[in-house]
Amino acid sequence: MDFRLSEDQRALRAGMRDLLVARFPREKLRESAEADPAKRAPLDRALWRELGEIGVFSLRLSEKEGGAGLGLPEAVLVFEEAGRALLPGPLAASHLAAGLVSGAADGTTVVTALEGAGLAEHLDSADAVLLCEGPTVRAFPVGDGAGPLATARPLRSVDPTTPLHHLPEAHEVPCGAERASRTGRLPVAGASATATAAAVDPGRLRAEAALLTAAQQLGSAARTLEMAVAHAKSRTQFGRPIGAFQAVQHLCARMLARTEIARSSVYAASLAMTLGDISGAKLLADEAAVRNARDCLQLHGGLGFTWEADVHLHLKRAWVRQAQWQSTERAEEALAAALLEGAGDCMTETANRVNGAV
Amino acid sequence: MDLTLTREEEDFRRRLRDWLHRTLPTLPPKPSPADWPARRAYDCAWQRALYDAGYAGLHWPADAGGRGATPTQHLIFLEEAELAGAPYVGANFVGLLHAGPTIAVEGTAAQQARWLPPVLRGEEVWCQGFSEPEAGSDLASLRTRAVRDGDAYVVTGSKTWTSHAEVADWCELLVRTDPSAPGHRGLSWLAMRMDAPGVTVRPLRTLAGSMEFAELFLDEVRVPVAQRVGAENDGWRVTMVTLSFERGTAFAGEVVACRRTLALLARAAKENGRWEDAALRRRLGRLNAEFTALWRLAQWNASEAAHALRTGGNGVPGVGASVFKLRYSHARQELYDAASEALGPLSLDASHEWTLERLSSLSYTIAAGTSQIQQNIIAERILGLPRGR
Repeated sequence: MDFRLSEDQRALRAGMRDLLVARFPREKLRESAEADPAKRAPLDRALWRELGEIGVFSLRLSEKEGGAGLGLPEAVLVFEEAGRALLPGPLAASHLAAGLVSGAADGTTVVTALEGAGLAEHLDSADAVLLCEGPTVRAFPVGDGAGPLATARPLRSVDPTTPLHHLPEAHEVPCGAERASRTGRLPVAGASATATAAAVDPGRLRAEAALLTAAQQLGSAARTLEMAVAHAKSRTQFGRPIGAFQAVQHLCARMLARTEIARSSVYAASLAMTLGDISGAKLLADEAAVRNARDCLQLHGGLGFTWEADVHLHLKRAWVRQAQWQSTERAEEALAAALLEGAGDCMTETANRVNGAV
Repeated sequence: MDLTLTREEEDFRRRLRDWLHRTLPTLPPKPSPADWPARRAYDCAWQRALYDAGYAGLHWPADAGGRGATPTQHLIFLEEAELAGAPYVGANFVGLLHAGPTIAVEGTAAQQARWLPPVLRGEEVWCQGFSEPEAGSDLASLRTRAVRDGDAYVVTGSKTWTSHAEVADWCELLVRTDPSAPGHRGLSWLAMRMDAPGVTVRPLRTLAGSMEFAELFLDEVRVPVAQRVGAENDGWRVTMVTLSFERGTAFAGEVVACRRTLALLARAAKENGRWEDAALRRRLGRLNAEFTALWRLAQWNASEAAHALRTGGNGVPGVGASVFKLRYSHARQELYDAASEALGPLSLDASHEWTLERLSSLSYTIAAGTSQIQQNIIAERILGLPRGR
């Protein structure tokens, strides 16, 4: 057992961070936030293709399929960096669609998802949508607005960088509810293509989506902690940095504790992939992202309440990601149900049953 | 990132599990919590059994008589012992987890030879004399004086919150040897015999009603200079070296126990109908996430510790140990608060195991560094915030 990141994993994470600093600097995020809400901030397709080129979506496909043959732990590290930079877009859906929907892997096709909570993000920018309720996974072209998307209603999204549609009659299916067979392919040829079903395990897909969403939340939580600490060191009141006051110190300490608890939870879930680990990771990472953003906002005082500060973008994105794939209520109920099914077993052994646990 | 056990680690687990399953049924029944001599005898017999089977001082360095096990093996030990229902370290806590490791790192060869084997064999019990009535969180302000008189120190003062004092043979004592030096300078670490003339033990009753710790009154107690570990006036550093010995896995066994309690609690709520309350269910679900994550954090800490040992790291406590302490102590209290909700009116029956645990859990956010001190440590040493006051 060595839970620490390998050298390659650290390099991968650093590489993703550098790339996002160069390709998605703060100005781009702010630009996206300034878009007219009525026009629903379009996705930067050039950036999406670049993400495809460097393998954000194809990371876990085999080299034969044009991927890097890496695993969930690596995907989690890449998504953590995306969350840290508040990179917008249906990243988890497109990543999971790679190998299922043509063009998803290289970023030429943007794939969003309609999942349990009845939400679909970036629907106007997407080419295809994964429908993940029920016992099968289906992909629909977005173009004709037919099928399950007919009733989709645009929301005035609370997160200016994540346009949202709502489908009132969609209902949430617990992640990992069914197990199924091998991976198939969902061809989405164009606007005329009809819905296709494939032998993809929807439970597994939902679990992976929840985990990759949790990874983004972890990145956001770590970032707002950094912002809070930097502000606490530089902002002076009563003749000293506010970070010298215990009230502020303890706020920051609890932010760190939340981040690190979420980190071990998310990383472990990427290895063990048990339902308990994944629901726990989603729950704790959501909490870390939302609570840290709140504390970071509080620590910035009046500045934190302005549009100009970035912290509200973290909070709003965290709210969106919290609702996606496995809501707090669903995660808590899943974790409660697991208690009646013999949680409390030996944990190290659980970790050895990697894959196929969900 | 790899959570799978190596073949060696799996073998270690299998042998340990077999031994536990063979040995535990042969143990005598647990003594009454109020019977201290019986508790000592029980805890020491268990330690002796561990010693005979080669599991004593598992995580101590081999040259101090320990087994030199890896942090992962130690974690496996804590998990398996808990799952099998093995006794806790009990009266041997200070000897095995604090005084012993201090002597192992800072003691002379003669001191190690004198003190360590009896700890490993379960023959001598240690207690801790650090806190004082006027020196709690601000430990460095302690006032117990040790004045040199020939080949001995003459120690006068008082100590408090000393667990197992009534049955201990030795006390690791932090005293002021230089009254002119401020704060943590001028302190020394002494090993004091508990039967030395001038030592008075006065048991303290906890809010749970039991006698779990005591006050020590020291009236001109003579402690030979040869029983000082480390240099005179270097006692603070000697003490801190040991604190860093604990790398955030000490409570890992308890986390396993808490997860099991949580599952029992869910079943109890299912049986008495309170499971229908979504608020209670969700509260228990959240605790499941927390204890699972704490176990993962313990695995993370063990991996960091193993790496530090391999690379000759300096043993500074990492992020993980403080975070673990802060979250675990709170989670344990939350667990037994939730238990009271699941039990309903029965939770007001102080003879119920979970009610006793609810009471004793209240010490967790205070002992071994309060939650407030933990947050100070995180803020200043890990996040680098300016020193507060």
